[in-house]
Order: sequence, then C-alpha cells, then structure tokens
Amino acid sequence: MALIPQLLIGIGAISAVTTVLAIIMVIADATIANYGDVQIKINDDKEVTIEGGRPLLSSLMEEKIFIPSACGGRGSCGLCKVKVTSDVGDYLPTELPWISEEEKAENIRLSCQLKLKKDIAIQIPDELFNVREYECEVASLVDLTYDIKQVNLHLREPSEIKFKAGQYVQFQVPEYELTSESIYRAYSMASQPSRINEVELEIRLIPNGICTTYVFEHLKEGDTVTINGPYGDFHLHETDARIIFIAGGSGNAPVKSMLYNMLETNSPRETLYFFGARAVRDLFLVDEMKELESKLANFRYIPALSEPLPEDNWKGETGLITDVLDRHITSGENTEAYLCGSPGMIDAAIAVLTKNGIHEDNIYYDKFA
Amino acid sequence: MSGGIAFYAIFFAAIFTNNILLTNYLGMCSFLAVSREVSTSEGLGGAVIFVMTATSMLNWLAYHYILIPLGLVYLRYIVFIVIIAAFVQLVEMVIERISDKLYASLGIFLPLITVNCAILGASLFMVIRNYTFINSVFYGMGSGIGWTIAIIAMAGIRQKMARSRVPKGLSGAGITLIIAGIMALAFMGFSGMIKIT
Repeated sequence: MALIPQLLIGIGAISAVTTVLAIIMVIADATIANYGDVQIKINDDKEVTIEGGRPLLSSLMEEKIFIPSACGGRGSCGLCKVKVTSDVGDYLPTELPWISEEEKAENIRLSCQLKLKKDIAIQIPDELFNVREYECEVASLVDLTYDIKQVNLHLREPSEIKFKAGQYVQFQVPEYELTSESIYRAYSMASQPSRINEVELEIRLIPNGICTTYVFEHLKEGDTVTINGPYGDFHLHETDARIIFIAGGSGNAPVKSMLYNMLETNSPRETLYFFGARAVRDLFLVDEMKELESKLANFRYIPALSEPLPEDNWKGETGLITDVLDRHITSGENTEAYLCGSPGMIDAAIAVLTKNGIHEDNIYYDKFA
Repeated sequence: MSGGIAFYAIFFAAIFTNNILLTNYLGMCSFLAVSREVSTSEGLGGAVIFVMTATSMLNWLAYHYILIPLGLVYLRYIVFIVIIAAFVQLVEMVIERISDKLYASLGIFLPLITVNCAILGASLFMVIRNYTFINSVFYGMGSGIGWTIAIIAMAGIRQKMARSRVPKGLSGAGITLIIAGIMALAFMGFSGMIKIT
C-alpha cells in the first residue's frame, strides 16, 4: 500500500477508536460518576442542597460553612471532625488513624474523606456558624524578637470579626516555592475582641516551616491575606478564681488577648503570668506587660529564663518554667490555669500544677503542635 | 496453530500451569505492593479478573475487526493500551459508586491496573498465539483468576509471616520476591503439562 493513504488510515483509525472511547467516558462520567444533588441537614435545622460526589468538607466550605482544617482536605491533620447522624457506611481506612474509640461511638467522621453520595444529616457546634472567611490587608509587620514576628492584619471584607479572647484563626498560605497548593495554619489572635476591624497574630519562625517561611521571607506590608475563623475552645471562664497564665514563645498571643480583654472589662481577678523563655533576646513586649501590671487590678508578670546569657545581667527568675511555677504557687485553692505553648511544656506544667493542688478540671490549655 | 485447543484447556492452563504471574512473571508491581493484606488483595484481584476478561474481549474485537482489515496490526500496542486505560477508568467510577471502602483501600492501585503488564500481556499473548474469540475470553478470565490466586496466596503468606523473624535487610520487597520465586519454582513443576500454543 502507498505510504500516504496508509498513514491516513492509521491516523483515522486511532482517532476513531480514541474518540469513541472518549465519548463512552463522558457518558459514564455523567451517569455512573454523577451523584446528583445531595441534601445536607445540619443540626436538625438548616438544610442545604449541593452537588454530590465531593467530600463533605469542601461541599460545606462552598456553602460558607467552615469546618476547621489545617491540611485543606488531604487527611493529614485530623481537625475536620463532624458528627454524622445518618448512615454513611463504614469508616474509611484513611479516617481510622484520627478517630478514637469514643469518637467512633458518637459516629464522628473525618469530613474531608467522606464523599457525599446520598442525603446526609450532620451535627456541628453552633460556633462554627460564626466562622467566616476574611480578606485582609497586612497593615504592619513588627519584629518582636529574632524569630517572632507580629503580623497586624486589617480586615477588608467582611470588615468586622466577632470572637472570644483566646480563639484562633486559620491563615491561608498561597502556593509558593515550598508548597504546590494553598494550605492553612492555625494562629491564635493576640488582639482583643474589642479590636473588631483587625487581627493581630504572633508568628514564630520554624526552620523549613511552610507557613512561617512564607511570612518571614515573602509577606510584605500591603499584601492581601485570607484568613478564616474564629475557632477554638480556649477562653477565660467566668468565675472569680485566681488566674495563672503559663506560656512560652508565641503562646503569648492568646494570653495578651485575654489580658487586654480583662483590662477593658475591669476584671478584678488576681492574675499571675508566667512566661518561659531561654534568654533575654527571647523576651518581648516586656514594657507592655509592666504597664498592664499598673493598670490591671491585681496582675503580676513573671518572666523566667532557663538559660540567661552572662551579658543579659538577668536579675529576674531563672530556671525552667516548671521550677519557677513550683516556687511561686503555694496553694491550689480557687485557682484556674490557662496554658499555651509546646505540648512538652504543657504536660510538664500540668504535672506541677496538679502537684500543687490545682484540680485538672480547672486547667485549660491550647497545645501549639 | 491453536485453532484446535479446547477453551477449557486454555482456561485451566491460564490459572495453573501457565500462570501469568508465576510462570510469565507479569504483573509484579501491584502484586508486591498490595499483597500485604488478604482483604485488599481479594478486592484488587476481583478488579483485575474483570478488567482482564473484558479487555481481552475488547482487544480481540479491535484486533480482528479494525486492525487486521485496515492493515494496521503494527498499531496494536497503542490501541490495546488505550482500550485498557478507558476500561480501567470505567471500573474506577463503578467501584467508587458501589463501595467507598474498597475504593479508598485500593487507593492508587486501582488506576495502576492500567499499567499492569499482565493485562497488556494477556492481550498480546492472545494475539501472538492466534486464539479464537472464545479462547481469548477464557484465556483472559483464566489469567485474571490465576493472578488473583497468586496474590491472595502471597497475602496469606505475608500475613502469617508478620510473626516470623525476617532478617532486617530482607523485610518488605526482599522477602516477598524470594517467596514469589519459590512459588514460581513450585509452579514450574507444571510446565509443559498442557499445550496452549
């Protein structure tokens, strides 16, 4: 056979075969893979109808209902737990590592792994309805220490945020050299609730951290940032008990928010703030804390350095934060403790607090993992 | 040639004496990776049987009604792979619809069935050996069943092996390949028993 006709027949045949297959695929996608519209019933009350076949987490996000998620739906953070009250089948192998036995009894599922194929009924805490996505502008970036930056965000749209002192927001990091898709990281708000048009964050640089590297090396004043929130259960409880704050590094953020909130509400409660750091260069906002000592009714700021450098000429408390705690706390009567920092520091501090008579039920913490 | 071979002989041979995995050593990657648990192996095996049978049929039809009449036999590799790929996509959609759990536990290995050389191998063998349509169907089905038996046997062995003391350097792929070799040696005893070429 001559070459050109042979070539054309070959091309024609392959094109025909692949076209037919492609048509079959399109039909299959529209029928087999089409789950139609699915109705989500939330808290026996609200109903939303959306396109099925996609994970619960992203479907809810499209309806502006934000379930906390740090990994953005990849199944690697375990935060997007939702209680499901209708039947959605067995647990998927990708959910099991994150669900405890008690959670299994409550039928709590990982919403990023659950694909919506039929109508579903879920229960989510009411506070989540207050969660919004905010478009913000970076108002200023202040270096608090050599590795902690204060990020001041001005809210553009929506322009006001309602939250309780101690809650956190999720900061969206766009794609850049360290990440091929946008991810979220959680940061506590250092600003107090009365500052409704702003959000202040304290971000500590972590070597090779995706978000912190972005903030330290790429973020500039005037940049647009997306955050969503507020989230979190960590807040002051309305009692008259003495308050003990314990924090290290960027754990200062929620404490600062609570202190200023207490100042604005004229709280008379006796308050001690133990701030743990290594050397003088790790301390920040010390003057502000001293000022609060004179403005608040009964507040003492106690920074403790574990490894002060000789040139620091440190005259204050030295040693591990847990030792300093032990020295200062003599009784656990009518006392509440609020802790934020690394899981290691929190576990050690809880041991000291319970040893000194503070009941576990009165110890609240936010582990910054 | 093979016109006179009975389909049941081919079927039996494809499962046991000419096992596509243990005799022809095709389809090793998913075999090594998925044979950790019996339940996932059963799921993948089922999918492979289905894909192998169906693609053998489709490829036979494409070969004899499109490629040969148009003198395009040299394009068989492309056409076979495209048909296999489309079919596996279909199977993926169906599994996702029917069983979320199976879909999630198979994970990436479901689309990887496309590049499982056993699937393409079965189609090419059927073409080389000039099988009739019925023979091709049973060859495909038998090969799939043979592959599944091999992977389930391997999964069973590996699950029992979890309690043995495997030398550290051999754990994982190392010991699995050695076991596959021993299983293949056992199956070699069958060679020549049934003539299917």
